[in-house]
Amino acid sequence: MGYSFPEEVLEHVLSFIDSDSDRNSVSLVCKSWHDIERWCRRRLFVGNCYAVSPAIAIRRFPELRSVSLKGKPHFADFNLVPHEWGGYAYPWIAAFAKAYPWLEELRLKRMVVSDEALELIAKKFKNFRVLVMYSCEGFSTDGLATIAANCRNLKELDLSESEVDDVSGNWLSQFPDSYTSLESLNITSLSSEIRFSALERLVGRCPNLKTLKLSHSVPLDLLPNLLQKAPQLVELGSGLHTKEVHPDLYSKLAGAFSGCKGLKRLCGLQDVVPSYLPTLYPICVGLTSLNLSDAPIQCPELIKLVSQCQNLQRLWVLDYIEDTGLNALAESCKDLRELRVFPSDPFGQEPNVSLTEQGLVSVSAGCPKLHSVLYFCRRMSNVALSTIARNRPNLTHFRLCIIERFRPDYITLEPLDVGFGAIVEHCKDLKRLSLSGLLTDRVFEYIGSHGKKLEMLSLAFAGDSDLGLHHVLSGCKSLRKLEIRDCPFGDKALLANAAKLETMRSLWMSACQVSYRACKLLGQKMPRLNVEVIAEQGHPDSSPDEYPVEKLYIYRTVSGPRSDMPSFVWTMDKNSALSSS
Amino acid sequence: MEKPVVYDNGLNLEATELRLGLPGTNEHEKQSSTSVRSKKRASPEMAEETRSKSSSCISDADDDAPPPKAQVVGWPPVRSYRKNSFQQRKGEAEGAGMYVKVSMDGAPYLRKIDLKVYKSYPELLNALENMFKFRIGEYSEREGYNGSDYTPAYEDKDGDWMLVGDVPWEMFISSCKRLRIMKGSE
Repeated sequence: MGYSFPEEVLEHVLSFIDSDSDRNSVSLVCKSWHDIERWCRRRLFVGNCYAVSPAIAIRRFPELRSVSLKGKPHFADFNLVPHEWGGYAYPWIAAFAKAYPWLEELRLKRMVVSDEALELIAKKFKNFRVLVMYSCEGFSTDGLATIAANCRNLKELDLSESEVDDVSGNWLSQFPDSYTSLESLNITSLSSEIRFSALERLVGRCPNLKTLKLSHSVPLDLLPNLLQKAPQLVELGSGLHTKEVHPDLYSKLAGAFSGCKGLKRLCGLQDVVPSYLPTLYPICVGLTSLNLSDAPIQCPELIKLVSQCQNLQRLWVLDYIEDTGLNALAESCKDLRELRVFPSDPFGQEPNVSLTEQGLVSVSAGCPKLHSVLYFCRRMSNVALSTIARNRPNLTHFRLCIIERFRPDYITLEPLDVGFGAIVEHCKDLKRLSLSGLLTDRVFEYIGSHGKKLEMLSLAFAGDSDLGLHHVLSGCKSLRKLEIRDCPFGDKALLANAAKLETMRSLWMSACQVSYRACKLLGQKMPRLNVEVIAEQGHPDSSPDEYPVEKLYIYRTVSGPRSDMPSFVWTMDKNSALSSS
Repeated sequence: MEKPVVYDNGLNLEATELRLGLPGTNEHEKQSSTSVRSKKRASPEMAEETRSKSSSCISDADDDAPPPKAQVVGWPPVRSYRKNSFQQRKGEAEGAGMYVKVSMDGAPYLRKIDLKVYKSYPELLNALENMFKFRIGEYSEREGYNGSDYTPAYEDKDGDWMLVGDVPWEMFISSCKRLRIMKGSE
């Protein structure tokens, strides 16, 4: 039995296999396939930067060209993760600088990236092409200047939602005149005034520029020039603010938009003056994605705009759209796949717009391809949720946020258990779910029995007892990420389902009732988990063991406890349960 | 483990439950029969802060609008990026607002304005003029406000009454606690 499949042939076959899970399966077939696969893997996705160390990743995959890393837990978006918690990109980038001189792409999410890290990227990777920093922080425009000055082959620079220390807008001028390879630029989060002359020249000399997303500080009168230099744009993000309304500016803008015949995605429109909206009408029919979540456009104008976007697949909008606007959406946009409705006044106590559950019910009825929903509203009912579930069994992402906590069904005053139960029961492919409103343990019973494909679940102010958590941990077979805040879940369910935690990426629990003792026990019994206790009020040893911890983050890892924890984070390791309190 | 543990929901487990918050506060307001909580009543919080902090939301001293509920950290789950950038815009949203009381000598009641809505002194003074139907004079560094009987003043963090307009706008809005439109010469 000396026959063996030629390596080169297998490598060639594998080059067609992109998906990580398929590649992982390939590597499990036998030792030689494992070896061949690891040498030809070019892309790596690390969902939790502390689950594995750079050294281990490099040792296994010696020839990577593209790496994605995620740092902080999702609840960092809502200020629940203390500053300086971690998620530093530098150690990874420094290790890559030595191991992967040919690295081309880095995609970082919720990580802390320093200017030194950016400098390493700029100087050590000769063929660097793509830098995406989504919701990152820790760097300044000086770091960006180094990237601009050195990365000759940069195709994509994306700073969505990152916090940038805006030292100066001059960094754009650091792209040399000979640099023409820009294809995608997203600098929406920069607030400083950039040098528009530099931007115009940059846009003018990059013929492959497809995505241009600018900060709101770009004034309206400069936009037509930019658009005329880049009629090949597919995606545009721009503020549209202007101090005065000029009639000739209007026609210039209308002309410039009409010239962008390939424009498919539009966002921004901060400060747009409603009278300028008709300049967009000619391109509406070509739009597949429209993000108006920063635009203060009111209902009538919204309806006029949206009704012309018959090919719209994705709409992000503020609740100014109201139920009437959503009815119009349901009638006009039959190709809609994703809807997100954000609150214009999240902290107001009274509703400021007429947006209710009815809008969502309409869209669920009228848009057969709708599979992804994020909806902020102020009231909901079980019957509406059941209707939505029956209308749209193809939902894969359903995130509902009823703004006031503990809100029951507004018609029957009962908990919303049955409504969400209908969602998980009918939507058999549901992957992501966020709950809100008044909820008892019953909803978790439904989720545990029906949510077999559920991968990510977000809970807040819900449930009665440990039974709720137990239903979820024991029933949701595909669960990867569970994030919980302010729920009465304690030790029992967590300890009873400890093994489950090794099958998940991570568990976050804050303001719950998990005791310090349980954390120590878990850390002791589960060496392949990092059980991190966050205690900003003082060392948990200074309170009795029965006291609940403030915040708890548990994740599986092959690299043991991390070494960069701040003073308020403790890892429960195998020795912690032995120490007396 | 084979079977889920059975919990008897009839027991009053609440009495023995650990919770964050003062004893006697109930973080859950679920009642099956009673009416929906009135929005105007301040809600007891299961606050994100320490267990020893009292419910800061209950305030009866303010005779204006019903007391605002204390904001819970991270709720509703709106990205702080989105929250901040939207509050910076004038738009329709109030956001968290920076409301200060405005009194005018001789007026029967006080008003409240949101300082965050304005970007400069002229804008603020225009708004005050409209609100109280009067005219403010011209500001000069040397002489204060010339040309009318009215002078805008504000109480700063130290409790001192200062003339509006002396310090940069950003400094003003971060230190202004209340406004007063003084009439006549002092």
